[in-house]
Formats: sequence, structure tokens, C-alpha cells
Amino acid sequence: MRRLAIAIAVFVLATVPFWVSGSFYVNVASQILIGAIFALSLNLLVGYAGLISLGHAALLGVAAYGVAIILNAGFGHVAAIIIALAATVAVTAIFAILALRTTGIGFIMITLALGQILWGLAYRWIDLTNGDNGLSASSRPAPLGISLASANAFYEATLVVFLLAVFAMAALIQSPFGASLRGTRDQPRRMTALGYDVWTIRFLTCLYSGFWSGVAGILFLYYNEFVSPHAMALSASAEVLLMVISGGSGTLLGPIAGAALVVIMKNVASAYIERWNFALGTIFVVIVLFMPEGIVPGTVRLARRLWALRKRTDIPVAESGQ
Amino acid sequence: MTALELKGLGKSFGGLRVTRSIDLTIEPGERRLIIGPNGAGKTTLFNLITGEIRTDRGAMRLFGTDITAMASRQRAHLGLARTYQIITLFPKDTLLHNLVLSLLGLSALRWKPWSRLDRNEALLQGARDALGRVGLAHLADRRLAQTSYGERRRVEIAMALAQRPRVLLLDEPFAGLSIEERRDIQKLISAIPRDVTVVMIEHDMDVALDLADRVSVMHFGEIIVEGTRAEVVAHPRTREIYLGE
Repeated sequence: MRRLAIAIAVFVLATVPFWVSGSFYVNVASQILIGAIFALSLNLLVGYAGLISLGHAALLGVAAYGVAIILNAGFGHVAAIIIALAATVAVTAIFAILALRTTGIGFIMITLALGQILWGLAYRWIDLTNGDNGLSASSRPAPLGISLASANAFYEATLVVFLLAVFAMAALIQSPFGASLRGTRDQPRRMTALGYDVWTIRFLTCLYSGFWSGVAGILFLYYNEFVSPHAMALSASAEVLLMVISGGSGTLLGPIAGAALVVIMKNVASAYIERWNFALGTIFVVIVLFMPEGIVPGTVRLARRLWALRKRTDIPVAESGQ
Repeated sequence: MTALELKGLGKSFGGLRVTRSIDLTIEPGERRLIIGPNGAGKTTLFNLITGEIRTDRGAMRLFGTDITAMASRQRAHLGLARTYQIITLFPKDTLLHNLVLSLLGLSALRWKPWSRLDRNEALLQGARDALGRVGLAHLADRRLAQTSYGERRRVEIAMALAQRPRVLLLDEPFAGLSIEERRDIQKLISAIPRDVTVVMIEHDMDVALDLADRVSVMHFGEIIVEGTRAEVVAHPRTREIYLGE
């Protein structure tokens, strides 16, 4: 049953270019997948480690800038991707060493500050980043000789990476390490007394999260073929956090649903509603009021309640007979 | 070799000296009861022994190994387990998962980032056995939040015992329990094999005294009376502290 559902979902996702008309909507789908990978990486911290980062866009930015800078220096795509990922993980390590001195509000504030520092660097280090004008990347890579220049080809390549990301997250969450991680979120003190190294568990999770943020950043750069400091701004960090929280943190599907919601509002609804930000805000308020745990867990809860209500009205005799 | 040896252990929070200078020697297999009025520093003493609070002065040895500067998690790996006065477990998880976390804590498996934990039969069976030993096997799949306070106490003790500790610290295991639940816990504790050394803090002298070989009385961060049950009960200082004579 579960496998069938996964197979259907993968089939539907893979055939998006065939039943969606026009490259505009295929591109929206690509953006959703990139946003979802990014949100999933943050969800690892927010949902499973209980650590809220407000500087994650900086990590995406490091990867995107990394690829752009290395490509512009005349290197190939493979070198650019590997170096950019390594740089992102290295920057994440520095973030984590500084931010993991605390949890809670302290962690939020330190990640926020570090994110702002990197944003400021992207803005001001003009020799390297070209400042506010941003950097363009001249071409997309062609894995196995397949050109990703078209919207459809790029979407399919992004889908492959997205599926890999989902699989990698699911594997980690269900593994013994995943159980250790959730334990450190719920009872760090008890976990220490049980023999767990809470700090190292959190640190490794930060690195893993940073790695996937880097992957999202590389896709982001190749999708836009351009990166500017706006990609690293606080509003970008807040946006991905909203994806995670609105969709449902600590679930695998939640951040994906959240990414879809935000990207669709941004790209599609903005064509019809001039004040789309207002509409997005209203939706978030509604989510917080009726499903504070997020869209995915909230829908599951409401569906269960409806199901229980139906059952109860189906067999009133059995209940009164008790 | 002594199981646990504390020498001149001291801790201050600002100007408040919570433990002054504690000397304590506990033999392997011993059942030691630590009593004393509220604020005597009993729980702080446990936190110092497990390393959750760093000591200011003094030294600690666990079966001859100096643990004074050792991280809390390393002490667990050396065979030190504890329960808390305020139950700290994993309420959203099942009883079985609580026990799995306890077993996983001392296993190298806890670092493994692949393979499904819920398919690790050896670990699950170990957790089921540990639950069975405290008579909770039938509740294995229930969430902890849906169990009674007495059952949670048993889960907590099961988690500590599942780690096969050499020294077990029990912080007020009878607090907040009904008479019937107390009897259950009492049975559980008296059934702990003698290769485990047990140190217990307790207010309820009636149940606790029966379990103890030796008793230490703490007052204002010091151990002032120590001896067998009868000696301590008869000691005038004990009467002074407890009855205000």
C-alpha cells in the first residue's frame, strides 16, 4: 500500500512536463522541488533536532556563489559542484561550532547573526561577488551528455536530486542515529545520562543539513543561472523556515507541502492577486489558527477525526449498548 | 575495591555552599540510603556523581577509576545509571522506544545513520525483555504519555536497569506514588541483583529503610550521621534534624 502510494507519487512527479502546459509551470515545479530540498534540509534541524536556524539561506548562498565563482574562474561543473559543496559544509561547521554553544533563542540569534554576516559579505565583497549586481553562471551542466538547457530536462534532473534527498532524509530519520537525534530534541539531559554525546549528534546533523542546503543552492544557481545577495537575505531564511513550519516540521511530507504552498503563492497567485504577500500571510494565519502543527499533520488529524465521527454515527447502537 | 568513593566533594552556587565537603564510601553490592530534609543537597550530590554538575572541590572514583573530570556520558559508559526525582522520559514515544533508547545509548549502533531501527530485532527483543522484567510487557506499544505515574516510574527503573549498570542512583523512587505502587517499586528494587550497587535518596523512611544496608543522613550539604539502620535511627542528631528536638 505504502509502496504503491510512493510509486504513484513518483510517476505523477516524473510526468509533470507532459500534463502541465507550458514551460512556465514546469519551471514553477522545478522551483518547488528546489525549495522542498532546501526546506527538508532545514527541517532536519527544526523538526528533528529542535534547533531553529534563521541563517540557512546563507548556506544556500555559499553553495550558489561557490559554483558561480568557480565556473567564472574557468573550471568545469564537476569541480565547481564538489568545491561548492565542500565549502558549504565547511561554513556549516563554523556556524554549528558557534551556534551549538546554546539552544533555543540563543541558537536562533547566533544563526541569524552569522547569516547576516555572510549576506553582508556577498553585498560588500565586490571583487569576489560583484556586489548587488550578482553573479551569472554561463551554462548548466550536461550529466551523461544530456543537456539541461530546456525547462523539462532541468525539471527531470532536479526531480532525481529531490528523490535522492527525500530518500536520504527518510533513511537518516528511521536509522538508529535518527532515534538518537530525536532523543536529543526531546530530553537532552536524559540522553546525556544514557550515554549519548548530545553535542556531536547535533553537530553531525548540522553538517548533514548544511550539505543538503548546499545541494539546493547549486540547483538554485543552475535554475536561475544567476545569484545575488537577495538569495542570502534574512527574508529568504525566514521564507524557508515558514515552508517548514507551515507544512509541518518533523515530518517528511510537511516541508514539501510548505515549499509547494510558498512557491505557488509567489509565482502563480501573484499573477492574479496583486497583494500576494497579504494572501500568503492570511494563509499562514489560518494554518496557525486551525492547524498549528502544520498542513500535513493537521490534515491527517482532521481526517482521522472525521473518520472517527463517521464511525460513531454508523454504529450508535453498539456504543449505547456498552 | 570500593564501588563509589567520594573525597571532600564540594559545590557552591555563588555564595551558597550546596555541598560542603562530602566523604562517602560505598562498597560493591551495597544498598545505601541517603536521607535528609529538603534542601540538604541530596539531589545535587547525585548530579555531582553523574557529572551533570561540575564539582568545585574534591575527587570521585567509580570502581577505582577517577571520574572527577569525566563527561557525564562517559560515566554512563563506565556503568553509572540514574533515575530522576522528576520523571524525565520520552512522552511522545512508546514504552518500547523508551527502552530502545536506553539500550542504544551504550551501543555503538547509536551513530549508525542507515538501516531501519524498527527492524533491529535484537534491540527490540532486548527492550521487550527489559520491559518484561518490570511487568510492563503488555504496554510495550503504548505511548508513555498515556500511562500512569506509577508505570512511568517502572519504565524509568527499567531503563536504568537495561543498561546493566554497576552503580545505580535512584532519586526518590517512591515520590508521588500510591501505597500499592510503592509496594510494586519496593519489590522491584529489592529484586535488583547484588552485583548492582544501589544508592537511593528517599523521604519515605518506612519503605526505604527496609531496603537499605547502611544509611547516610545529609543536612546543609554535609553528611552528619552514617551507619546501619538501627544506629542512624537511634542517633540523637537524626532525631534532632527530623523531629526538631
